Amino acid sequence: MRSSRWERLSRSQRENLNGQLLTGPTLLLLALVVLLPFVLVVIFGFSDTRLIDIPRLSPSTIEWTFENIADAWRSDAFWGALWTTVIYATLTTLGSIGVGMALALAMRRPFRGRGIVRALLLVPYVLPVIAAAMIWRTMLNPQYGIVNAIGMEYLGWQSPIGFLSTTSTDVAGLPVPVSLLVVVAFEIWKSFPLAFLFVTARLQNVPGGIEEAAALDGASRWQNLRHIILPQLRGVVLLLMLLRFIWSFQNFNDVYLLTEGAGGTQVMAIKVYTELVTRSDIGSAAAYGLLMSLILCVLLAGYVLLSRRKETL
Amino acid sequence: MSSAMRPSRPVNVLRWTLITVALVCAVGPVLYGVLLSLRPYSAVLLEPLDVVPGLSEIDLSSYVTAMKDESAGGFGLGRFVVNSLGVALATVVVSIVACIFGAYAVARLRYRGRRFTSGIILAVYLFPGIVLAVPKFVILSRLGLTRSLVGLLVIYVAATVPVALYMMRNYFLALPESVEEAALLDGCSLPTMLRKVVLPIALPGVVATAIYVFMIAWNEYFYALLFLVQDRSRWTAPLGLAQLTDFQVPVTVLLAGSIAVTVPVIVIFFLAQRYIVTGLTSGADK
Repeated sequence: MRSSRWERLSRSQRENLNGQLLTGPTLLLLALVVLLPFVLVVIFGFSDTRLIDIPRLSPSTIEWTFENIADAWRSDAFWGALWTTVIYATLTTLGSIGVGMALALAMRRPFRGRGIVRALLLVPYVLPVIAAAMIWRTMLNPQYGIVNAIGMEYLGWQSPIGFLSTTSTDVAGLPVPVSLLVVVAFEIWKSFPLAFLFVTARLQNVPGGIEEAAALDGASRWQNLRHIILPQLRGVVLLLMLLRFIWSFQNFNDVYLLTEGAGGTQVMAIKVYTELVTRSDIGSAAAYGLLMSLILCVLLAGYVLLSRRKETL
Repeated sequence: MSSAMRPSRPVNVLRWTLITVALVCAVGPVLYGVLLSLRPYSAVLLEPLDVVPGLSEIDLSSYVTAMKDESAGGFGLGRFVVNSLGVALATVVVSIVACIFGAYAVARLRYRGRRFTSGIILAVYLFPGIVLAVPKFVILSRLGLTRSLVGLLVIYVAATVPVALYMMRNYFLALPESVEEAALLDGCSLPTMLRKVVLPIALPGVVATAIYVFMIAWNEYFYALLFLVQDRSRWTAPLGLAQLTDFQVPVTVLLAGSIAVTVPVIVIFFLAQRYIVTGLTSGADK
């Protein structure tokens, strides 16, 4: 009798066993694809390993060293990349969520064709990154791109602007990091639809009764927005900011496909890639990765503390 | 809504300006790409401002050149698309099958280690994946898989498992529990109940997760670049297109390729629309 023992178990015991049986493979998988690589990245970060050492790599041949971390910490390239990444992630986060929220609020009141407008606004998000990057590269091309063509024809530009290769240019005496702003604009363009979707969904759940009561009490539109709607959005906006910041902070594809790291857009992820591929230095690449996650952890901890404090105020 | 809430004139103007500008910005570039891909290359170079092609000017040869094999004088994008489709579909199947039961157990069953697993899933979901790029590269080159699409599949499954787990867990949490309990009380075994009761109700959620996973694999560029850049016959669509920019490939061909790569995504959204829209409301709890 196969099931006799099984049937003698109580319902909760069965559920316990079932739960562990079902999650077992998942946990094993996670251990293989996340835990093992994480242990390795720590080992590499603290050892002198190069790409050519891989075939002969074994625990006994590892040379332990703190040099990778120390080198990265001392190098200007690291701090430069970090600074670029922080600016990139911050501007992208604020921009995409700001735009998404403004649009969700603007489209709250129904109008004819709202469904179609909503669907069309999602286009940049759904478009494959490679297609989006290719179109932007074409638009911004100095020879045949439409942006430079319009600039020279109608805006009186003297010469075409290399949008994807200009580290800095003077506009009215102020240095403007052109390429960095272009990759930020690209990322805002690509990711605002997600914020728009989330905020729209949240707005649909705002109970109408409160607003009507406030209106009857003589609240102005502005007061209604500030004191009734915005507080309701706080949770979803904070979550979106957290996710967007983490995603932007480690973004490789979108930046690399536009500039390949030129024009002062070398973010941390591109730095990890060049350490690994161009310099074939696994130890150094791992050290950059480790420092990157450490900084992200610090920023996240700060964020959590900050949002907690706001709640208690 | 009461009349007191009706927007004033300036607010209305601002609102419509915002919507119009956003619409132009969202759709404009894509339209620009499509239109340019239909024009002859020489016309694009000579007249960059004439975006809309004349009827007689429309030229589909860019698409043909992009898709045709190198041996036939094209750029081989057809094969890159096939490579990408294979890897992306395989990723979806493996990732969803590997996660579906774990996600269900975490969402529903009360067992020792549930909270731990739940916490792990969230932590893994938020963990920056790029940090693990280096060790993953090393592991796969030790296994001799860095020059193959199978290696890429392993990487993509690893990258999508956390997302799939997290998403499906949330979908399962939102399902009505009463039906499952009824089925179990009626003497259904857990595996049968999962297959016959849970999966049909959860299908929209599973499909949505599958689409998300597919999009990740379809868009992925970093690992494809890291693993396969030397091996032209195995290039995926994003890698192939990006690599072609370094050759002297006419921009119209690149744009045609970009539009072609977008087509599978549109098809999938179109096919799955039903599931996305149906959502949970068709649930059996009524």
